[in-house]
Amino acid sequence: MSKPKVAFYWCASCGGCEETVVDLAEDILGVVEKVDIVLWPVAMDFKYKDVAALPDKSIFATLLNGAIRMSEQEELAVLLRRKSQYLIAYGACAQLGGIPALANQFSREQVLKFNYEDCPALANEAKTRPQAQFTEAGRTPHLSQLHHVVRTLDQVVDVDFYIPGCPPTPNLTKAAFEALLSGKLPPKGAVLAPDIALCDECERKATKPTDVAFTEFKRPHQGLWDSGKCFLAQGVVCMGPATRSGCGAACTSGNMPCTGCFGPTSRVRDQGAKMLSSLCSNVAAKDVAGIQQALAGIPDPVGTFYRYGLAKSLLRRRVDLPA
Amino acid sequence: MSAKKEELRIGFYVCHCGHNIASMVDCVAVARSVEKLPGVALARDYKYMCSDPGQVLIQQDIREHKLNRIVVASCSPLLHEHTFRGATEAGGLNPFYFHMVNIREHDSWVHTDRQEATEKAKALAEAAIRRVAHHKALEIKKVPIHPDVLVVGGGIAGIHAAMTLANAGKKVYLVEREPSIGGHMAKFDKTFPTLDCAACILTPKMSEVGSHPNITLWTYSDVTKVDGYVGNYTVQVKRKARYIIEDLCTGCQDCIPNCVFKEPKFTDDFNEGLGKRKPVYIPFPQATPQVVVIDPEVCLNFKRGKNPDGSPIVSDKCKKTCVEACGEKNAIDFTQKDELKEIKVGNIIVCTGFKTFDAGRVPAYGYGTYKNVYTSLEIERLVNASGPTGGEVILREGKNPDGSPKTPKSIGIIHCVGSRDKKTNIWCSRVCCMYSMKLAHLLKEHTDAELYNFYIDMRTPGKGYEEFYNKLLEEGTHFIRGRVGEVTDWAMTPEEEGKLVIRVEDTLAGVVRRIPVDMVVLATGLEPQADAGDVRRLFNMSCGGDGWFLERHPKLAPVNTFTDGVFLAGCCQGPKDIPDTVAQAGAAAAEAMVLIDRGYVEQEPNTAFILDQECSGCKSCIPLCPYTAILFDEERKKAYINEALCKGCGTCVGACPSSSIVQNLFEDSEIFSEIEGVLSYD
Repeated sequence: MSKPKVAFYWCASCGGCEETVVDLAEDILGVVEKVDIVLWPVAMDFKYKDVAALPDKSIFATLLNGAIRMSEQEELAVLLRRKSQYLIAYGACAQLGGIPALANQFSREQVLKFNYEDCPALANEAKTRPQAQFTEAGRTPHLSQLHHVVRTLDQVVDVDFYIPGCPPTPNLTKAAFEALLSGKLPPKGAVLAPDIALCDECERKATKPTDVAFTEFKRPHQGLWDSGKCFLAQGVVCMGPATRSGCGAACTSGNMPCTGCFGPTSRVRDQGAKMLSSLCSNVAAKDVAGIQQALAGIPDPVGTFYRYGLAKSLLRRRVDLPA
Repeated sequence: MSAKKEELRIGFYVCHCGHNIASMVDCVAVARSVEKLPGVALARDYKYMCSDPGQVLIQQDIREHKLNRIVVASCSPLLHEHTFRGATEAGGLNPFYFHMVNIREHDSWVHTDRQEATEKAKALAEAAIRRVAHHKALEIKKVPIHPDVLVVGGGIAGIHAAMTLANAGKKVYLVEREPSIGGHMAKFDKTFPTLDCAACILTPKMSEVGSHPNITLWTYSDVTKVDGYVGNYTVQVKRKARYIIEDLCTGCQDCIPNCVFKEPKFTDDFNEGLGKRKPVYIPFPQATPQVVVIDPEVCLNFKRGKNPDGSPIVSDKCKKTCVEACGEKNAIDFTQKDELKEIKVGNIIVCTGFKTFDAGRVPAYGYGTYKNVYTSLEIERLVNASGPTGGEVILREGKNPDGSPKTPKSIGIIHCVGSRDKKTNIWCSRVCCMYSMKLAHLLKEHTDAELYNFYIDMRTPGKGYEEFYNKLLEEGTHFIRGRVGEVTDWAMTPEEEGKLVIRVEDTLAGVVRRIPVDMVVLATGLEPQADAGDVRRLFNMSCGGDGWFLERHPKLAPVNTFTDGVFLAGCCQGPKDIPDTVAQAGAAAAEAMVLIDRGYVEQEPNTAFILDQECSGCKSCIPLCPYTAILFDEERKKAYINEALCKGCGTCVGACPSSSIVQNLFEDSEIFSEIEGVLSYD
């Protein structure tokens, strides 16, 4: 009997998710033993045309990380969907948009202009921008194009499961493989992580007072934090209460607040809005000046509350452009 | 799961409300538009849905067309949600399969374009149609009511409310912070407009309260904590140490003359500071209970400071002649401590009254600067036969040539001090015109002085009040219309020498006048008690911007508050005279009895509950609940909601960062589908 075929693909991402697969360490041997890898651009050389030549649904599972930012990424997402029985959004970018989706605060023109013209570290006097196609030495290469907005994988194609995290932890990845290969799968659309917020597994939980009554907010670099005390009790925004658990509270164990990469629980439509609502309700001040003073400690609310979830959120671009 | 798959059959009704809706919304067009929506089995328009035939129509349709959801587009749910839920239930459905759309207050009454108003009605209807599909069958819960009642404040309001309930056989706890009940009314000499002696009509009621078998009277006590909800309040009362064992004191008052202080030398608050009392005292002769009090601030036995627990150290220097005088009764106990009592009651009536405006806040009137400027309450004590002067009206300053105290020959009464004034209090205190005229009458009776009333407007809207005004006019009291500018001792003519001059613009004569008098009386207004904010939080009430406790509805629920089972009576709700106070106290007692005699309260099922499995125990919700309904289970590290306390405000639902709190009738699926319904209509 032939082994199930598995594909790994990356879109708009940093490569950290790929790293997690490697971080399986010796466990990866167990995975490789049980499957045939048909596509893994980060590690091995494959051609897209070979994937295109496969019969539809012949790939057992594709783990796709990264958001959909470029036209090529969309093409591959559509292709891999067609070829795969299970398409899995792997990591925060594929699931929620991730860091790349913070670009959704700006128009495509703003993004291009800054990166190719205004960026202070740039040497591009001709202001050359990438073109869809150009001719050089008699050949005309076609380049992938930037979309107007960054999208999650499920905003482009149908997704079967989600593995959260920036990056997902090796444990979750391993558990997901085990579930896939043993056929013990949850209902379609499930996020393969516990459906309870991070506080549940955070060691600092007991130190959170009943009434946090925020008087000020501090960013992680603005202090030395008590390694045993709830970050919120210390006035540091910790996304833990609004974020799915399953990471083993990795960040808070390392004395850093949760930034929300596992995304919201299944019951939440908009992680950032939920955290904002919770946090702001607990600000001690009741007058405008006092509230503004407290909130001044959060200079970048979108980057704080929507660090990973902007593409998936209810927030939309000011100009309603096509994808 | 299979029951959920039941085919959706929504009945939709749009009400014309006579012309109220139909004149601005094309009701027929709304019905025809809704008819086409998925899940809608029938859509009708009808002239008056709230009428009996309208309700019968819903019931018939439920049976004949097998409807399983009902939507009515009509007026505000505040008005008729109850009606239509009833009709839905009478038709055989769970009443919560009904949803209401407000196309009157939210649409026809606020729009001027019939076409657009009609489109808006369609959009609102579509939202409701989508929402109602997610509705669930809910159950109204019944919670039993504890039959005992707590009355807070022993003024005339509290006395009347307590007596009414006690006479109906209900057990009442009456808690008063002063050593005696009676409140402000006990300080008054006569009452307007009948000139009944205040003590004659009040003190019999006071002693009835003191001896009533159904009333537990706790004076010199404060309510310190209130937990629970309508029908089931747990209240903590602090009984302050009065250093007298109440049960042993017979009220003989032998201790008072035998106190080591031969002369009274401490400020007597009951007499507004006009008299003196000893460290052991009884506030006034008819005080209820007839139990003395020892003031630890001035009693020599307590001059040695305090123990670490705050109780006084008893001195061995004082001869304790009071204890000797008490003898075998042994009622004096210098080691007495504050005692905390816990009681269970079903209803609470708050009658915490008012305080009078501090006349010193209007420096131009010279209170505190000129000794012969008095507040009205001081005059009440001064004309009172049991007051500090035995009813003799004598001036604080100035003596007759023979050295005897001087009696005023001319008196000016200034109205609206701390009332109807943007600089102090904007409101009319309602009682000042009348009590000023009463005091004018009494002062004239006592002194035969010339009386001047300085008023802005004469407000006499009660029964017999205008007649009283006419009587005063005939008595020869002068009425000068105008707000007084200042009271000064700067004499400009020989006849002003040694007098207080009232400068006022007489707005009827159109001249500025200077009127020299011997005595000035400031008709101080009524203000919320200094600690009204604390009391409000204690009983979970609201107040207006002015600080008076807020009734649930100014016309239709005047003694209810927004907290079920907590009622208001008397001046804590706003300035009022004795007849209104007593009427309100009776009404509050009746409202409490409604609940007690019914025996249970029905609870709206729109309460929130926590998904136990999903709660991460982050505690974000707990401090936000305005009804302290959310508690934290330390054992399991999860929050839980006391359903009986939850009022369905939704605060916790919005704030739960992992959406692990759900509110009945406001589930996410219901709200989002409603929003999508409004947005999808085009």
